[in-house]
Amino acid sequence: MSNVHWPLYEVFIRSKQGLSHRHVGSLHAADEQMALENARDAYTRRSEGCSIWVVKASEIIASQPEERGAFFDPAETKIYRHPTFYTLPDGIEHM
Amino acid sequence: MTEQHRFDERIAQEIAIEAQDWMPDEYRKTLIRQIGQHAHSEIVGMLPEGNWLTRAPSLKRKAILLAKVQDEAGHGLYLYSAAETLGCAREDIYQKMLDGKMKYSSIFNYPTLNWADIGVIGWLVDGAAIVNQVALCRTSYGPYARAMVKICKEESFHQRQGFEACMVLAQGSDEQRQMLQDAINRFWWPALMMFGPNDDNSPNSAQSLAWKIKRFGNDELRQRFVDNTVPQVEMLGMTVPDKDLRFNEATSHYEFGEIDWEEFNEVIAGRGLCNEERLAAKRKAWEEGAWVREAALAYAEKQHAQKVA
Repeated sequence: MSNVHWPLYEVFIRSKQGLSHRHVGSLHAADEQMALENARDAYTRRSEGCSIWVVKASEIIASQPEERGAFFDPAETKIYRHPTFYTLPDGIEHM
Repeated sequence: MTEQHRFDERIAQEIAIEAQDWMPDEYRKTLIRQIGQHAHSEIVGMLPEGNWLTRAPSLKRKAILLAKVQDEAGHGLYLYSAAETLGCAREDIYQKMLDGKMKYSSIFNYPTLNWADIGVIGWLVDGAAIVNQVALCRTSYGPYARAMVKICKEESFHQRQGFEACMVLAQGSDEQRQMLQDAINRFWWPALMMFGPNDDNSPNSAQSLAWKIKRFGNDELRQRFVDNTVPQVEMLGMTVPDKDLRFNEATSHYEFGEIDWEEFNEVIAGRGLCNEERLAAKRKAWEEGAWVREAALAYAEKQHAQKVA
């Protein structure tokens, strides 16, 4: 008996035109086509979506939680990126 | 701050633990055990109901039952996915289940002897599962909590269809009513056992509560289920097989009799009515399906080789 296992795929579904794909879960399948068909059966049984992406889990690189501080810190000092940084005189509307 | 300290703080602040975060080894192990066994329960749970697929009394009930068993396969899949984020492999824990080294819910070791059992499983067994799973929607491990939210939505379909099937029997002939009462008599206590041992007899409870894996004790959830369900039994014009059951006006809770813990221990130790049959069916499916799994893999490799070339 083969000890090689079916690989893991991550599943992303877009629920409606105009919205983005959202991660909904994962599944094992022998190949991409099977992953797609199983994702349709398991994750869109109640009309949850109109588009499915499947990606082999081994293709995904995630940010490391222990580096969370150093990794995201640079954004915090750049307060001028936010519209609330700028003061406007009274009487200016629709801006 | 140590890893342990940071973890404790996150638990205290109700920030979900995610797959990439540091967690104590025991937390990881407990979750693999609990989520893995939860997943196994979905898989084994297809057998008692699947037993009546070919014999469902109408096309409507048959289609409903098929949809329900399909949902259970999907629930197993969500839960195996959640378990795998903890670093275990689905195949390994499935093998442990087949080898009897991991458990599944005690309830699925009871046989389905008549059609009414199917309605009663939907109503009582899925009803008990929902009480348990709604509580787990706030469990501290993010992937588990998200799987529970998804599953609870679908389980409520199961519970409602089960109750409706029971209602049809309750409003039917004397024979149908008898069949329903018989099913309730056989599944009532096993459904109460689904919540696990009494709190003072539950070895994993204290730590699981501290880590917020569990949000309520077994007894509290069991009480909630009894309080919810007794009025439903009455609505059907049926009775609960418990001579000690009575409503306590002072506490607004139902008091109920003692569970047969000896029976419970026998069942989870593998000596219930259907333990052997259930595992034998799953082992047979695994072994006889080996060549199909290999064929799918060989075909995938061939397709891949052609694409690369």
